[in-house]
Amino acid sequence: MVTGTPVTPSPVSDLRTFVEKQSHQRILDCYQCGKCSAGCPIDYAMDLGPRQIMRLIQMGLKKEVMQSTTIWLCVSCETCSSRCPAKIDIAKVMESLRILATAEESPAAEKRIDIFHRSFLGVVKRYGRAHEFSLSAAYVLRTGAFSNMALVPKIVSKGKLAIMPPKVDGASWVKSVYSKTKSMRTDTPTAVKLKGKH
Amino acid sequence: MTTNTYAYYPGCTLHATAKEYDVSARAVCEKLGIVLEELKDWTCCGASSAHTTNEMLAIALPARDLRTAEKMGKPLAVACALCFNRLKVTEHELADKSKLEAVKAMVGSDYANTAEVVHLLQILFDRRKSIPVTKPLKGLKVASYYGCMLVRPHEITQFDDPENPQMMDKLMTTLGAQPLEWDFKTACCGASLPFTRLDIVLKLSHRLLAQAQQLGADCLAVACPMCQFNLDMYQEAINQKFGDKINLPILYFTQLAGLAMGLSSHHLDMNKHFVDPMPMLGKKGLA
Repeated sequence: MVTGTPVTPSPVSDLRTFVEKQSHQRILDCYQCGKCSAGCPIDYAMDLGPRQIMRLIQMGLKKEVMQSTTIWLCVSCETCSSRCPAKIDIAKVMESLRILATAEESPAAEKRIDIFHRSFLGVVKRYGRAHEFSLSAAYVLRTGAFSNMALVPKIVSKGKLAIMPPKVDGASWVKSVYSKTKSMRTDTPTAVKLKGKH
Repeated sequence: MTTNTYAYYPGCTLHATAKEYDVSARAVCEKLGIVLEELKDWTCCGASSAHTTNEMLAIALPARDLRTAEKMGKPLAVACALCFNRLKVTEHELADKSKLEAVKAMVGSDYANTAEVVHLLQILFDRRKSIPVTKPLKGLKVASYYGCMLVRPHEITQFDDPENPQMMDKLMTTLGAQPLEWDFKTACCGASLPFTRLDIVLKLSHRLLAQAQQLGADCLAVACPMCQFNLDMYQEAINQKFGDKINLPILYFTQLAGLAMGLSSHHLDMNKHFVDPMPMLGKKGLA
């Protein structure tokens, strides 16, 4: 939410309250059936499955959640959400955890994914539209992952890659919205806690 | 009577890596008498990075385009499945009055969140009975691949069945092709991970391509530029990694519709694919 009322600053409820407020999902409704993990196409690559993340949020174990690769590897395919018998949008929960990670600037367990999103948003902020060539360049320069450029010549030869970035009038609007929404800080558990101390 | 004029949101990829989707969508619509009026000065919807960073940014970006469509007073036709998803989610989120007020302050106070968002597949499906099929896709076995973003979350996208959708299959039948029963219609291809975790994309894409090939598919029909990108561009890498010999052209449903309507492969940008569909189409007498 854009604005927030202070939450109970107990370590157990901090994370859960934040996630519930941000995602509008009822975390305690999860009874650990495991359908989310069973259907998750990326579960095999995660250090913790979606079911485990749900339980950790219930228990308020923030560090474990925030350090997991899960919250970064989730691509919001929504398979878990569409199958959850408790009607919890688990992908939305993952989204709220990434928003939290961004707001608190906590280090991402999958650094490159974090850098990719930042690079993407940087390009959109600059040009108003996504531009694949600029995105590739920004990402590769920040990560050194030059193997990603391997397909570029072939994509160019197919006439599918615009070298010059797009020019749209709306770009200045997009830029202004970035700064406006940035000031609408998400009320993170840490922020709330700090507020409580003062 | 359904309208024949739509506001049109191509989305960023349709100007680049998914050019053939834009070209074939416009060609097919023109032939069907559907007018697509591209939104003036449209901007990116933010998919799929904005909603992982900042909730307000994630709904403000699509809202600007929704407002433009609203002002035009026409339903908004969307080609890209990701854009479609983000526009629908935004529409849904803005039912919350406080969010709508916050967004209005950014996009314009006259915005009322009334634009109707429709995916191109829905538009073609609804008109399938009036599609002039002059060159039926006889003998073409098509695995319809819907991916994630059209069908989920169902409560928001309201698009077909989330586990076993039928729209594209039925459209393929209308076009004279033979839709394939298979398991991976709505399985994830790895989405935006090629840059960061290519290993995951290769694995997920491989399992669905392998089944389609095993069941005798001639090609996949898709409605999402990201799926097309992953399945087509990385097919060679998939074969290398898994020692497989998959050779499946990944075509947009609009390209297949165009072929059946007698449009030439040249007009449908069939030369833009990494896995060249021409040998297969030639063998079937379809190009």
